[in-house]
Amino acid sequence: MVQLLSYLKETASQTAGPYVHIGLLPRQAGFEVFANNLGEVMVGPKTKGERVTIEGRLIDGAGVPVKDALIELWQANAAGRYHHAADRQHKPIDDDFRGWGRSGCDFETGRYCFRTVKPGQVVGRSGHRPMAPHVNLWIVARGINIGLSTRMYFADEEAANAADPVLNLIEPASRRNTLMGQRQTRDQDVVYNFDIYLQGERETVFFDI
Amino acid sequence: MPRESEFFQRDRTIHPPAFTPSYKTSVLRSPRLPLLSLQNSLSEVTGPVFGAQELGPLDNDLILNYAKNGEAIGQRLIVHGRVTDETGAGVANTLLEFWQANAGGRYRHKNDRYLAALDPNFGGCGRTLTDADGAYAFRTIKPGPYPWRNFVNSWRPAHIHFSLFGTGFAQRLITQMYFEGDPLLAHDPMFGMIPDREAASRLVAPLDLNASVPLDTLAHRFDIVLRGRRSTVFENKLQGN
Repeated sequence: MVQLLSYLKETASQTAGPYVHIGLLPRQAGFEVFANNLGEVMVGPKTKGERVTIEGRLIDGAGVPVKDALIELWQANAAGRYHHAADRQHKPIDDDFRGWGRSGCDFETGRYCFRTVKPGQVVGRSGHRPMAPHVNLWIVARGINIGLSTRMYFADEEAANAADPVLNLIEPASRRNTLMGQRQTRDQDVVYNFDIYLQGERETVFFDI
Repeated sequence: MPRESEFFQRDRTIHPPAFTPSYKTSVLRSPRLPLLSLQNSLSEVTGPVFGAQELGPLDNDLILNYAKNGEAIGQRLIVHGRVTDETGAGVANTLLEFWQANAGGRYRHKNDRYLAALDPNFGGCGRTLTDADGAYAFRTIKPGPYPWRNFVNSWRPAHIHFSLFGTGFAQRLITQMYFEGDPLLAHDPMFGMIPDREAASRLVAPLDLNASVPLDTLAHRFDIVLRGRRSTVFENKLQGN
């Protein structure tokens, strides 16, 4: 005989379905219901840091953009601190930056887009090197049974990326490139382009976090 | 204040796998390489926090929050329950969002072409924060089943979609609540592809007469469990300071 362990089990995931926009982005579904809408604009006029746009497409196994997906982004502020009580790093909180946004892929082009700032480095797990600047992404859609977790790193942060404790876990090393957002300038705006591949030779690294 | 400790490993045997051919859309949208297991860092144990001031007074009342010239049509319904983690602790002040079809099974979405009528007084979405104990409640109408293009004659059982944040981004979850006694459940690929039947049954919300309002509104109870956090004093520290 043995004592019973009394843990509960996590509720099972189910797909977000084709109409996820109704609940999470009702304006994209085609109607107005809330006074305050959550969305892709993560910065206000007083947010500190370099303004960047992060955009791209989610590509399926046939090479076609997924046009009904929803992507969320969670990141540290420009100083490298998360707006959350569990982050006790000695760095400033930015009261004008929550660090979270949500974007629906465009029904015509499949493009998602976030207006944000470039995050700073965040401390790694104890005993590990700092993590290179990165944003955390969570992807749901019709046909995706449980949300997919990945990260986008900034390709121009070559030295920090080379030392990043998470990127260095990825084998073969060539797959680390699947997490690199490429810096571009467009009409004086800084844009990081990041296409996410669900399958195929360029399949993005997804994490079990 | 949330602890900084990491989450229990996710038990993937209770979740539907990514590749489920009976749900045809999953075939081209499922990663084929193994997920890379990652010990939690600050990036996973932190997550967005939302405040009550961001919500409107009718955000949790789908009978009234899109009412134009009358109330939403359908069986009046209260859905309530408690959000806990795997240790049984209530998850306080976390954002729940929910969406559903109307009583005829039609979604208010520009891509839904089902012939059933839209209800001019029903939007089909709402949101609320859990209280200090993790409890939540909202009011709506019971959604109808509807056909979908999987097999020629596929019908989804009545369901309500739920989105939850928890206290860290690794707890992020979307699921669906079903209704006790629905005969369509036995035919539904979404429900059927959950590998653990106990886990599937936990998505079926029982009728809760004690929570119903006599002569007014029936109720179903739906409790939701998010991943637990480690708590032993011998834990690996996530941060050096």
